[in-house]
Amino acid sequence: MASIAAQAKPSRGVCLLCKATTTRIFSRIRTRGTTRANFSSAAPTAAAAATSQNERSFRVAVIGSGPAGFYTTYRVMSKLQNARVDMYEALPVPFGLVRFGVAPDHPEVKNCQEKFNEVAASPNFTFIGNVSVGDLPGHPDASTVPLTSILRHYHAVVFAYGSSKDKTLGIPGESTLKGIYSAREFVGWYNGLPEHADLNPDLTQGDEAVIIGQGNVALDVARMLLEDVDVLRKSDITEHALEALSKSKIKRVHVVGRRGPMQAAFTIKEVRELMRLPDVSFHPTDQSLIPSDLKQLPRAPRRLMEIISRESSSSCSSPNPTPASKSWSLDFLLTPQTFLPSPSNPTQLASTVFQHTTLSPSPFDPNAYALPTTSVTTIPSSAAFRSIGYKSAALREFTDVGIPFDERRGVISNDGQGRVWREQRTADGTMAYGHFPGLYCAGWVKRGPTGVIASTMADAFATGDAIVGDWVQEDGGRFLNKSSGGKGREVEVEVDGWEGVRRDAGVDKARVVGWADWQRIDGAERERGGGWVKRGRSLRVRGRCWLFLDEERLHVLYIDVIL
Amino acid sequence: MSAPRVFAQRLPRLRLALDSRQTSGSSLAQYARPRCSGQLTANTPRLAVSAHRSFGLAAQTNNSARWQSLQTSQQPRPFSTSSAMSHGHVDPPKPGEELYVTFITKEGDEHKISVSKGDNLLDIAQAHDLDMEGACGGSCACSTCHVIVTEQDYYDKMPEPDDDENDMLDLAFGLTETSRLGCQVHMTPELNGLKVKLPSMTRNLQSSDFN
Repeated sequence: MASIAAQAKPSRGVCLLCKATTTRIFSRIRTRGTTRANFSSAAPTAAAAATSQNERSFRVAVIGSGPAGFYTTYRVMSKLQNARVDMYEALPVPFGLVRFGVAPDHPEVKNCQEKFNEVAASPNFTFIGNVSVGDLPGHPDASTVPLTSILRHYHAVVFAYGSSKDKTLGIPGESTLKGIYSAREFVGWYNGLPEHADLNPDLTQGDEAVIIGQGNVALDVARMLLEDVDVLRKSDITEHALEALSKSKIKRVHVVGRRGPMQAAFTIKEVRELMRLPDVSFHPTDQSLIPSDLKQLPRAPRRLMEIISRESSSSCSSPNPTPASKSWSLDFLLTPQTFLPSPSNPTQLASTVFQHTTLSPSPFDPNAYALPTTSVTTIPSSAAFRSIGYKSAALREFTDVGIPFDERRGVISNDGQGRVWREQRTADGTMAYGHFPGLYCAGWVKRGPTGVIASTMADAFATGDAIVGDWVQEDGGRFLNKSSGGKGREVEVEVDGWEGVRRDAGVDKARVVGWADWQRIDGAERERGGGWVKRGRSLRVRGRCWLFLDEERLHVLYIDVIL
Repeated sequence: MSAPRVFAQRLPRLRLALDSRQTSGSSLAQYARPRCSGQLTANTPRLAVSAHRSFGLAAQTNNSARWQSLQTSQQPRPFSTSSAMSHGHVDPPKPGEELYVTFITKEGDEHKISVSKGDNLLDIAQAHDLDMEGACGGSCACSTCHVIVTEQDYYDKMPEPDDDENDMLDLAFGLTETSRLGCQVHMTPELNGLKVKLPSMTRNLQSSDFN
């Protein structure tokens, strides 16, 4: 314990109130096991963890550096002082969707990064950025390591790589017409994800847009299209997005869903934000889809129905003397059927045909499903955004290694606590589901792509508790590279984590972005602001990307790509 | 265009060399964020960075006119407008002015804490190392500092939660009629003796949840 404390590096965070560095969680990591048991009732005590496993390092690889990866790391490191976590990230920068998914006008949601910074300040934590696992490198300066190599050099591996794909509609025109965008890519584009820097959505072909899907991503997209560009200018949105949005001609946004308000996935905060946008009006919603006796509803749906109902009636009863310049609506009971091209330009989307649906068994049943009818409606739409959900994909080596991936749900098969679950032969020769030793998952790849950061935090803590619980009760067979030698004696293979992986895969150290490198990128971003400023010069930019170079060492610089 | 192609096409002509001096001498101040109470404010000040590291731009491109043409007079934007995090910053109460609040942890342990008027429950909990997260840094943008007021009387003495707080509470695990967000409850003399319970944050998913 003392030696860990002695190695302690000062934390990077600074409290603006007292100017002290924020070392709080770090001290928690150091002291918790010895001072008091702070476990949830189901888990063994920290004191037990400290005594039974204190002598050896517990080497953990976390794949993915979004909230799921960081909150799992936080949980494990604060309960096991001997845990050493190496976090692999394919991009050169950490934080996943906190950085590339959270809308730029929601800066307060990104405050969870401060916690992640505290975690990263621990000497037991290593960030391995710009290194993908079992996948092709994203760009020529990135590296990749095989999953099999990771499995050889750790006791436990946590898959927390989220959802990098999205669901498609599979309707005519979807893949051929210009003007149809994936909301996931659009979000990546305005947030500076290099992969989507070239999306270049054309928002100038007409004044109506449809967003297909009624989750919070759909509402984020709607807000970006409707919000005053001068408000966005103060956020950390990319320059190229600002430029495109300032030229946008879209005045009318339809947020379309198959089902009704009682079944919609969006949450009230995002609805309220849209309702509050100045100079943006809301078209009334079909009141027959809202239960008449709201008092009977549970609190969350009741409040959501109240706001939709109130805004619907206020928007029709009191015509605004100065009509708003932009407007939006929630269009329910419509399922997309075909995208139609423009008569004058057969490659450009002009409208979207929707089939009407009815809800069964009742429009007020939160689990009602939509049945298509024969009637159709056509909504003019020069731009359409597909926002019907993200999807996780299996890593390339999963099949070889025998890690089961549930393609239907888009998650790694798991026991609900985060233990990777596979069918295996038991001692009596029958097949049964059991834990794949040492493998865990957290976040969207564990439970599917839904929920806010708080949900991922709860979910990651559950995975963290499962890992800690297994480690404390360790009987030899629960982890990788450890096995029971019989008579309670453990045979332990020496594992050396990242060092071993790097050696095996021959990764050039110069191409790896460590935490200090990230801090340099972070500092540069903050110093420059969203644009690129150098000695008084600023450059017009679009797209963000990382440029590296120096003959001896990879220096990482995150800049906006210059046209 | 795919990311590899983007990099492959642009890297060669956009190579930057870094000034070697930049690698040393960092200041923690550069990590500080402008404080804006979680709101986007007009004219957010530029970040106060006391120790700038200059990133030397050696335009190693043979097309310097191209670079020149890109120099517009655009003003830099602050990169982030997130508010700064405090880390459970509370001052000890002055003698004679102590107010008491009791936290009941998930395990049922009671922690009675003497606090000052005005402190909020999230800061108090964090300052005393109780297990309460504040993922959004106390800006009422998440539900991770959810607390349950144990006595209705105390709940009634608090100013009513506003829409923003209620919107977040709607997403909280284990919501009750007397739930509040810790970051929004500030201690007052009327709340002296308040007791709050930390809900079991982790909803342990069972495999049956997926069927």
